[in-house]
Amino acid sequence: MDIATLAFSALYQFGDAFAFLVLSACGLAVIFGMMGVINLAHGEFIMCGAYVTAATVHAGLPLPLGILAGTVVSALVGVMVELVVIRHLYDRPLDTIVATWGLSLIATQGTLIMVGSTMAGVGTPFGSFQVGAYSYSIYRIVLFCAALGVLACLYALFNWTRFGVLARATIQVPHMAAALGVDTRLIYSLTFACGAGLAGLAGGLYAPTMTLVPTMGATFIMEAFVTVVIGGADVFLGTAPAGGVLAVVKAAMTSWQGQLFGQIGLLVAVIIVVRVLPKGISGFVLRERT
Amino acid sequence: MTGFMSLFRRLEGPQTVGRGPAFWSLFALVLAVALAYPQFSDGYTVGNTVYFFVWVFIALSLCLIWGYGGSLSFGQTAFFGIAGYGYGILTINFGSAYGFTLIALVAAVAIAALFAVLLGYFMFFGRIAGVFLGIVTLAVTLMLERFMAQTAGPEWRIGSARLNGFNGMSAMPPLTIPWPGEPIVLFADVGLYYLVLGLLVFVYLGLRILMNSSFGNVIVAIRENPERAEMLGYDVRKYQLITFVIGAALAGLSGVLYTAWGQYITPSSMGMTAAALPLIWVAVGGRSDLTSTVVGTLVVLAGFQALTIYGSQYALVFMGVLLVLTVLIAPNGLVLGVMNWLGRLTARFTRKAP
Repeated sequence: MDIATLAFSALYQFGDAFAFLVLSACGLAVIFGMMGVINLAHGEFIMCGAYVTAATVHAGLPLPLGILAGTVVSALVGVMVELVVIRHLYDRPLDTIVATWGLSLIATQGTLIMVGSTMAGVGTPFGSFQVGAYSYSIYRIVLFCAALGVLACLYALFNWTRFGVLARATIQVPHMAAALGVDTRLIYSLTFACGAGLAGLAGGLYAPTMTLVPTMGATFIMEAFVTVVIGGADVFLGTAPAGGVLAVVKAAMTSWQGQLFGQIGLLVAVIIVVRVLPKGISGFVLRERT
Repeated sequence: MTGFMSLFRRLEGPQTVGRGPAFWSLFALVLAVALAYPQFSDGYTVGNTVYFFVWVFIALSLCLIWGYGGSLSFGQTAFFGIAGYGYGILTINFGSAYGFTLIALVAAVAIAALFAVLLGYFMFFGRIAGVFLGIVTLAVTLMLERFMAQTAGPEWRIGSARLNGFNGMSAMPPLTIPWPGEPIVLFADVGLYYLVLGLLVFVYLGLRILMNSSFGNVIVAIRENPERAEMLGYDVRKYQLITFVIGAALAGLSGVLYTAWGQYITPSSMGMTAAALPLIWVAVGGRSDLTSTVVGTLVVLAGFQALTIYGSQYALVFMGVLLVLTVLIAPNGLVLGVMNWLGRLTARFTRKAP
């Protein structure tokens, strides 16, 4: 094996890990960064997106439409959850964790009762290509591009649109924004829906690559949490670089010792990083700038 | 002697609900009923009650860390699992002769506490607080579950103890008290019942004393306002770490007793669902009070088991709904609310009496 194929293999694994971390974390990061709420039902929103995507594809629609449907349904569920539960708990951040955990329990178990212990999956599209002695899935490359696309869209949304400006104003000084006539409740609702929708998108994108079970959210949340904890409250200065750093750790550990040690590497990384940078990467960057 | 007496005076104080002769005579009555109860029941029911009692320790640990300390830890089941596995590994390797199971109990709890020191150092001295603490502890728990679940191969053994992956370890000896002549083996009925009941009363009263001591007052002060506590000269990190370690030891005790009770331990005892359950008991009971936590845990556990008979799938959904409703409607807990109401009622009566 020559250097070029080796480098490609490493790059591919890095891209795969990066896409997984960023896609599974950005919904969580938006909700946490903008509202200070940790959504423990995040994994279940991902599961919801994956299930809806699979169901739409089984109904005969093409995969991209299915993913869109998964995203939209998750966002709608997010609006409902925000209205019924989260809205009443903004001044009690610890209680939102507990309440969303209750929701996660209901969602996992409810899905198990209603849909059954497993759901027929969706085939991975696009096939594969050959580099050197190994074959690689094209879909993984698509996922990597999707992760970059999501980051770009979020950047555009929060910096270039009216909603983004209002949302950032609401986050910085809620009372002042309200005094200036911003409907902060609506902004919170929309932000939560946006985070839930992103979770649904992650679920839809990964639906063709994994088995659909009610507990599938649990495979995402650890990576999502770790990325958000290391990244800190800012999506762009935090989540994206944290995804990059952790992807290196995960890809290296995984190719060295296997999947599990990739995850253990993540955990050790997070414990060390929180000791050194308690506010995460974005906190570190922002302090450096001011 | 006076020092000893002042220790007892700490049994009631500002940090615990329940005081005065009325409360303590009720306590004595409940204790007497609990002591007499196995004489009027069968082995299975008594064993089941032991099962309930075992969980109270982990609930108390969460009450201490979350309710009094104000730091929400999802990692209690991690310590539960570590101590449970520790007990299994030690007793399978060294057997139960010469009272070794009791040494294994202490050693397993110590291992869990040691792990908490390590983890707690990184968290509290890194000034992790609030939601992040919950996430890091949850990640640790899930990681441990995944790690233990993949230990199915024969290469995963410690001494003669196979870890057995997802199926978990089993067939470790139950707790055994060395006795001249014949050692007393505490199977999961009357014998174990009295041991666990004794431990429970000891831990409950001990925690009451601890929480009403100056240590407990500082812990509550930190929960209310960490900056203020720090300005008053207390090293917040140290107090939080100590609370965390005590809590971990209690969760570990729960794990050891659970393992000894059923003679098995599996990775799923550290999974998402397992980690959620103690939280539900404590939240529903009333996290900022020891008595409410004990009562709440026993009531919810009994209710959960009753529901399980009709369909365990729906029982979990019901638990989730119960948790969400408690947080929304009675954030301080249902049992604590009822107890405070009773307290006000009795206070009104006693004031009217003279």
